[in-house]
Amino acid sequence: MLQNYKYDIAKSVKECYYEIVIGNVTENDSETIPKLTRGKQKEKRGMVMKKKLLSTLLCVSMVSAMLVGCGSEASSDSTETKETTAAESTADDTTTAETTADDTASAEGGKVYYLNFKPEVDEAWQEIAAAYTAETGVEVKVVTAASGTYEEVLKSEIAGSDAPTLFQINGPIGYQTWKDYCMDLTDTDLYANLSDKSLAVTGDDGKAYGIPYTVEAYGIIYNDSIMQAYFAMDGAVVTSVDEINNFETLKAVVEDMQSKAADLGIDGVFASTSLMPGEDWRWQTHLANLPIYFEYQDKGVSDLDEIEFTYSENFKNIFDLYINNSTCAPGLLGSKDVSSSMAEFALGQCAMVQNGNWGWGQISGVDGNVVAEEDVKFLPIYVGVGDEANQGLCTGTENFWCVNSQASAADQQATLDFCNWLISSDAGKDYMVNTLGNAAPFSTFSDDEKPSDPLAQEMYRYMESGKTSVTWNFTSFPSQDFKDDFGAALLEYCNGNMTWDDVANTVVTRWAEEKAAIAE
Amino acid sequence: MQKTLKKYFLVFTLPTLAAFAFAFIIPFVQGLYLSFCEFTTVDNATFVGFDNYIKAFGSGQGFLYSLGFTAAFTVVCVITINLIAFTIALLLTRKIKGTNIFRTVFFLPNLIGGIVLGYTWQQMINAVLYKYGTTIVSNPKYGFIGLVLLMNWQMVGYMMIIYIAGLQNVPTDLIEAARIDGATSWQTLIKVKIPMVMSSITICMFLTLSNSFKLFDQNKALTNGAPMDKTRMLALNIYDTFYSKTGYEGVGQAKAVVFFIIVALIALLQLSATRSKEVEQ
Repeated sequence: MLQNYKYDIAKSVKECYYEIVIGNVTENDSETIPKLTRGKQKEKRGMVMKKKLLSTLLCVSMVSAMLVGCGSEASSDSTETKETTAAESTADDTTTAETTADDTASAEGGKVYYLNFKPEVDEAWQEIAAAYTAETGVEVKVVTAASGTYEEVLKSEIAGSDAPTLFQINGPIGYQTWKDYCMDLTDTDLYANLSDKSLAVTGDDGKAYGIPYTVEAYGIIYNDSIMQAYFAMDGAVVTSVDEINNFETLKAVVEDMQSKAADLGIDGVFASTSLMPGEDWRWQTHLANLPIYFEYQDKGVSDLDEIEFTYSENFKNIFDLYINNSTCAPGLLGSKDVSSSMAEFALGQCAMVQNGNWGWGQISGVDGNVVAEEDVKFLPIYVGVGDEANQGLCTGTENFWCVNSQASAADQQATLDFCNWLISSDAGKDYMVNTLGNAAPFSTFSDDEKPSDPLAQEMYRYMESGKTSVTWNFTSFPSQDFKDDFGAALLEYCNGNMTWDDVANTVVTRWAEEKAAIAE
Repeated sequence: MQKTLKKYFLVFTLPTLAAFAFAFIIPFVQGLYLSFCEFTTVDNATFVGFDNYIKAFGSGQGFLYSLGFTAAFTVVCVITINLIAFTIALLLTRKIKGTNIFRTVFFLPNLIGGIVLGYTWQQMINAVLYKYGTTIVSNPKYGFIGLVLLMNWQMVGYMMIIYIAGLQNVPTDLIEAARIDGATSWQTLIKVKIPMVMSSITICMFLTLSNSFKLFDQNKALTNGAPMDKTRMLALNIYDTFYSKTGYEGVGQAKAVVFFIIVALIALLQLSATRSKEVEQ
């Protein structure tokens, strides 16, 4: 009798799976004899099934092991031949397999592999790739990294035999990471056509390694209809947006609006200051750009190994203004993300939100959006430093194209041709502007070839108004780790666990530590 | 039979061996080598000796803090998960009506992926904390408790299944004999059932211990280390070092090697400790 109960644990566990999946009940601990025999029968049935399952599994594992074996042989083959054939993708090796272009700068047989950064324009890129292939016959593959995983994907992709030929970096810091893979682009048409050469990412040797493909701007986006409603009220601090041209006025207006929020039909002036981990880049990167920009200006530099965070008080003031006059209590900000902030704005629950021109898609894409296109406007972020009346939006880019220096010459040439097509052919330019919504900083684009959404229009209005744009200095922030720690400190500040002095100290020390780590 | 087996030994093991080498041995050795290198991608590594290991334990890395946090988390989780799972297993081997439904329900959470689970629990915990005007990331204690809750919710069902299997294998005649001898149900549990399911306990302890120690997805989704990296466990610390610090890939790799050694050591110690208590049936 005892014999029947001598299973090993693994078997019994499997049996339990059967009970769950197939409902094959084995009441082994029952005490009556009839039940036991019934249990035994079921057990036998179970055993037969188990054997079948086992043999199937074995077959499958055998076959898969063989496949793995064959597959690895094939891949080692392809690494041998890679040097000469330039391209041999795993499944779709079309006509490229027999080309031998290696040292000549001919694009023949080359192909393009673009690792795209922005998930929101993935479909557009696939369309562009197909169109380019149809026009020129050059194979273009576009892969998009999931949001927030670009570095991970790039690291694994670029080490593979079929590496991206075109990828992007976010500025000088990104260049530090990827300099071994960035090709010198100084002698290319891409660089020659760049309207402002200072926008390019340059190495220590002064050569251009990264070319920006778009220009973006951010500031405080406001809903003009709510502002007009406020201006029409009795006792409004100012009567037009033009009068808001410094921090003091902005603060007075915001605080007055907050006190009249119910009359204005809003929950708060500012959308919630999203501080959920990973959703805090609008503060630790974009807002933090302003004090650093002014500090760099004071010192006449474009990068520092150690900062003093001179304008920490100014940062605190604007940050306090955001969190205290918001739709959301400061203690709850740790659960808010960017899209919920943008949704609040789109639904008319708040009058202002800090974000960039890329935010238009998010605003217009919200269901039940009540904000009219002509009411979406930009206001510069005033922090009470410098010539505020002449301050413009924060304008710059952190999207730089780089060509893989370790790709074959044919692939490099094909990639450059592809980029050139995007910025010079009519079809390419149309895709750049209208499909991708890029404000391309190339001289090949004429004045009427600009994106037409309201925030892009606002960006051009500020650029042409003669006001001084605040440049994007956060591209020199030492690392993602620094930014994350900054964001975490801001969250602690909102939760009342850290004083502002502690936050400022964290910023200064972490900056120095991370800069030192890069310099090593 | 033995002879033929020996003859074809290579033919049968080679495919598996090759797969094992490609999927495990080669990456492992390469990883070990990379931990002594400075690199951006696995192809362009330069040898730097023990630098990475020194940096890994340097200040500002938070590696030791993460180790402490992970250890505390693991201790709490191993105890709670095994206690709860064993209790449920005891209840569900008592022929209560609907036992199978209960087993299925308890087992289900185990089928949900860690990231999904992390976000779901984040929402649920925040929904409760909203009432007190706070969120899970406002205090590391909340994060810790949240992680323990989540881990229990996910792992208890699986361990329960293993314990049920073990309990069903306790010979009824032993229990009967104990009862005839006048043992109370508590004595039966302690003196008969638990020694008889010791092999299940070994497995469960091992699984909970290593899974808690290696926890990553849930940690990343639930708190992502907030506030101020105070709820960051070892795996997440390694991930952050590798991906969000410029030029620290090698240090991340070195940490991963240290991590591996710690996990292997603890698992071996625990296995030998519980193994020695197992009873031959």
